[in-house]
Amino acid sequence: MISDKTFRIDGKKIPFQDGDTIMDAALRAGEYIPHLCHNPEFKPNGSCRVCVIETNGRHVSACNQPAIENMEVDNSSDAIMNLRRSLLQMLFVEGNHVCPACEKSGACQLQAVAYYTRMLSPHFTHFFPCRDVDATHPEIAIDFNRCILCKLCVRASRDVDKKNVFFISGRGINSRLVINSPSGKLGDSDVAVTDKAVAVCPVGAILPKHKGYEKPIGERMYDNKPISIVGDVAAVFSSKIYSKDVSTK
Amino acid sequence: MNDAVPSEKLKVATAALCGCFGCHMSLLDIDERILKLVELVEFDRTPITDIKEVGPCDVGLIEGAVANNENVEVLREFRRNCKILVAVGACAVNGGVPSMRNHFSLVECLEEVYLDGVGLDNALIPDDPEIPMLLDKVHPLHEVVKIDYFLPGCPPSADTIWTFLTELIEGKPISFPYSLIHYD
Repeated sequence: MISDKTFRIDGKKIPFQDGDTIMDAALRAGEYIPHLCHNPEFKPNGSCRVCVIETNGRHVSACNQPAIENMEVDNSSDAIMNLRRSLLQMLFVEGNHVCPACEKSGACQLQAVAYYTRMLSPHFTHFFPCRDVDATHPEIAIDFNRCILCKLCVRASRDVDKKNVFFISGRGINSRLVINSPSGKLGDSDVAVTDKAVAVCPVGAILPKHKGYEKPIGERMYDNKPISIVGDVAAVFSSKIYSKDVSTK
Repeated sequence: MNDAVPSEKLKVATAALCGCFGCHMSLLDIDERILKLVELVEFDRTPITDIKEVGPCDVGLIEGAVANNENVEVLREFRRNCKILVAVGACAVNGGVPSMRNHFSLVECLEEVYLDGVGLDNALIPDDPEIPMLLDKVHPLHEVVKIDYFLPGCPPSADTIWTFLTELIEGKPISFPYSLIHYD
């Protein structure tokens, strides 16, 4: 049902329907709010906090905050951008994100959102954690160094693929992505390269094998235009590659 | 008075720590603009002049990560002498490719390279006192000294370095167009 209710993002009127989150309404209106763990195809997770906005004197994540009529949302002040940049810097130092050695570089959402917030340095002290690379699956490799715990693969594997291949184990700083298979290895799991769980990874953690560096520097997704114009990597990947693979099955 | 006295030029020093020299190559990649640059700046210690000691400078550009005790010494010497110290490139900014050895112990790294490598004759780990001691872990610059500005990229493009230097010299706030900020 069409509703005539509105709220404002940076002064701009945004129409919304009952039950919409701020993110839902913003996405529909073409108003970009930076995000990593959010994908409109899935229920909000609210784990990355990069979509932080300010409304009514509070910082809230746009992906799981319901829209309210006449609310005023700050989506672009220096203070909000600085908060988002700090969150991204924490994500960068917590893992091992070596962009020059990653085949996802140029089409990575973590990188693109960091460009959008004008992040020049990681600022904090690096954790340099020792995490594994699992290349046991013939078609897919997973590099845990690059995982940002967005849970998109968890949600996609559970809700779309109906396979429950991925889970988050542990709590707080000990949280980590684990694989549901007898050996804990990807090669022993039910995952397939055509799975939604593979397509939704916003970073270079879950990668299809036998290809990489397919596009030269300068022609990659986020080389020339920001993510606010180009859109999410999962959305583009999903419409081009995933649907093609599925239709040829 | 000659308005082009050398002392009025910005004094710039550069150094490469644990890097591949790609950032210095990118600096040279400003091509003919280097003629304009030498009108605007005077180079102190840099591989371009081959001056070995750094003196008081306005700007220090450091490429590469901190991986051994000589890197620490050079970096601290630059910090003491440079008003503005800049981390240039991925290795300097976040450790980059050299920091990928942080997954392994130093013993594992040395044994892999010098003892267990393929085709080694009389394999031994070098221990000449003149060779700098490797640090346990590789660090980006800001974990060792205060850094005033960061130029990411592997390498930062010639245009990024040029934009930074010229806007700094003109006293403008430094702002890069979208295409000049990248991490690879």
